[in-house]
Amino acid sequence: MPDSLVIKNLNASIGERPILKDFSLTVPKGEVHAIMGPNGTGKSTLSKVLAGHPDYSVQSGSALLDGEEILGLEPDVVARAGLFLAFQYPSEIPGVTIANFIRAAIVARQAKGAPFDAKAYYTELYAKMDALKMDRKFTARFVNEGFSGGEKKRCEILQLMMLKPKYAVLDETDSGLDIDALRIVSEGVNRMRGPDTGFLVITHYQRLLEYIVPDRVHIMWDGRIVHSGGKELAIELEAKGYDWVKTELATA
Amino acid sequence: MAEIDENLAQREAIEVDRSKGDFKYEESYAFDAGVGLSASVVDYISKVKDEEPWIREFRQKSLKIFEGLPMPTHWATTDLDNIKFDKIRYYLAKGQKAVRTWEEVPDDVKKTFERLGIPESERKFLAGVEAQFDSEAVYSRMKEELEKLGVIFCGPTDGLRDHPEIFRKWFGKVIPAGDNKFAALNSAVFSGGSFIYIPKGVKVAQPLQAYFRINAENFGQFERTLIIADEGSEVTYMEGCTAPKFETATLHSAVVELVALKGAKIQYVTVQNWSANVFNLVTKRGVAEEGAEVRWIDCNIGSRLTMKYPGVVLRGKGARGEVLSIALANDGQHQDTGAKMIHAADDTTSNIIAKSISVGSGRSTYRGLVHIPKTLKNCRNNTECDALLINEHSRTDTYPAISVRGQKNSVQHEASVSKVSAEQIFYMMQRGLSEGEAMSLAVNGFVNDLVKEFPMEYSVELKRLIELQMEGSVG
Repeated sequence: MPDSLVIKNLNASIGERPILKDFSLTVPKGEVHAIMGPNGTGKSTLSKVLAGHPDYSVQSGSALLDGEEILGLEPDVVARAGLFLAFQYPSEIPGVTIANFIRAAIVARQAKGAPFDAKAYYTELYAKMDALKMDRKFTARFVNEGFSGGEKKRCEILQLMMLKPKYAVLDETDSGLDIDALRIVSEGVNRMRGPDTGFLVITHYQRLLEYIVPDRVHIMWDGRIVHSGGKELAIELEAKGYDWVKTELATA
Repeated sequence: MAEIDENLAQREAIEVDRSKGDFKYEESYAFDAGVGLSASVVDYISKVKDEEPWIREFRQKSLKIFEGLPMPTHWATTDLDNIKFDKIRYYLAKGQKAVRTWEEVPDDVKKTFERLGIPESERKFLAGVEAQFDSEAVYSRMKEELEKLGVIFCGPTDGLRDHPEIFRKWFGKVIPAGDNKFAALNSAVFSGGSFIYIPKGVKVAQPLQAYFRINAENFGQFERTLIIADEGSEVTYMEGCTAPKFETATLHSAVVELVALKGAKIQYVTVQNWSANVFNLVTKRGVAEEGAEVRWIDCNIGSRLTMKYPGVVLRGKGARGEVLSIALANDGQHQDTGAKMIHAADDTTSNIIAKSISVGSGRSTYRGLVHIPKTLKNCRNNTECDALLINEHSRTDTYPAISVRGQKNSVQHEASVSKVSAEQIFYMMQRGLSEGEAMSLAVNGFVNDLVKEFPMEYSVELKRLIELQMEGSVG
């Protein structure tokens, strides 16, 4: 499937500990898929493995981004191929302003030596910051340094909007957000929804999915998807709780 | 919109590309003192320069001091013992007189400086340029209007011969020959460098620049600089250095003396990118009289070993001294740098901000000396030294010596060590930056607040040099 992110029979571990066990999932472009599941079930690992984090090793399986294998590639190559990961805990980069950071990320995607249109860049950056209700002074702040939880997540979504990936993985983007921030961040994501982008939204709670309404919901347990359904599955899960997953779905 | 302005300005900035230093042309010298150090080598140098007896005596006396002083390996690295003084060539020159147009510069030397972008920089933003090739300046020119104002910009030979009434008084006084072993060596065999005099009240808006190039292998470059800013005057001097990558060690040992008379301001900027086998052992010190200011901006990238502690003697009431320093030690390199602030009058203030980056097996050492005696009042010092380690094998040491006495003086000292973490690198790479780009961004972030203080041409260049270093450091 050329216009999908196709993960097939993925087995991955950290150290000796297997975490992803024959994990399979397909996210077509233009769709929003949510992965829900209790803590420690491998949701964040999935995002890190796809992004090429060096701490994880892949035993078998594949992950094709529009038909191209991304497993085993360096993180920057995966990123430039079109996979964006919105981090649950984004790193601080002291001394590097947000404006310069995003600019460096854009320049990294350009042909070497190609001119950078600073004026167009700032015009776009400011428009997207306005959409996320971010103060313009934000551009001069150092990446994630001294940010509140909400500011960090907004900054992740700003980067997402500026870099326009083919696929975006949002790892627990709702954690640490109050309801206003949640609404703003979700609006940012919804604005990006369209035929050119696929989303994989990882979350523990159904709350986020009230704002970013998914096309498909997958329940993850012990390293793989155990149940899939429409958006109503999230509501069912919220009502029944994760014990339901443990007792009924995991054994199925 | 400040960011946009900055961006446009950066694109227009001058590119003195010291990354292009690794090339050399055939050697042919009209003057060559041979290999090794002796009284006759010192005399040879004095003779070809046709120096007065007092300078010859100064050189010979300094040679004796050099021979008598031990290597400072009781506190500094034993790598100093690897300098083979008897294998070094102490004086190599193509001629004795610097020319005043680039056209007159010998072709091979001109090509060297053109590849480094020097003539272009001069046209664009410099008030005066001196280009030194091994032992002697081959080119020296200053804007005519400065000459008319009485500004002097020449080498030590010309300075001591033509303007002894100005330069002799201070020559070897800020840094006496016996200050340390390498200051003594320089005093014995010095050649080239800049002697500058800024008359009372003259404010030189554009920088004066000297460019030091080592071209010959097994060579020692010993330039000598003396800048005197008379009352109320202002000047910025910038120096840049490169050398090709040689198989054998090369020595660079300069002495730089600054004199800021009442109310004068001197800013001295260094960006050096020595190749990895240069021993760079430099003594730099300034005197600040009443209300005067001496500011050292010192960026040390490259070299095998750099030992350099720019200092300011705050001799007059209300004098200010500042050292802003950045050192980057890559694999196999040792940057042993720091600052000295000697408060010798009331109401004097000093500021030291030192940042070091250690990459791979690189090592950086900070040594600081701050002295405020108890007889003084209202003296203040602020010292900040921050170290950044790029990986586990890197090393950083800090040796601050602060002696502040008396009730009416204050000192503030902050030090930090941080590391670029694997998570930070992963985060940046997830945004599409290569590992090298990620590391250089982290390093540039680390030095960011300091670089803002630099003249723009140099901050752009420094940024590019850091990028080159970091790209090269990724396996």
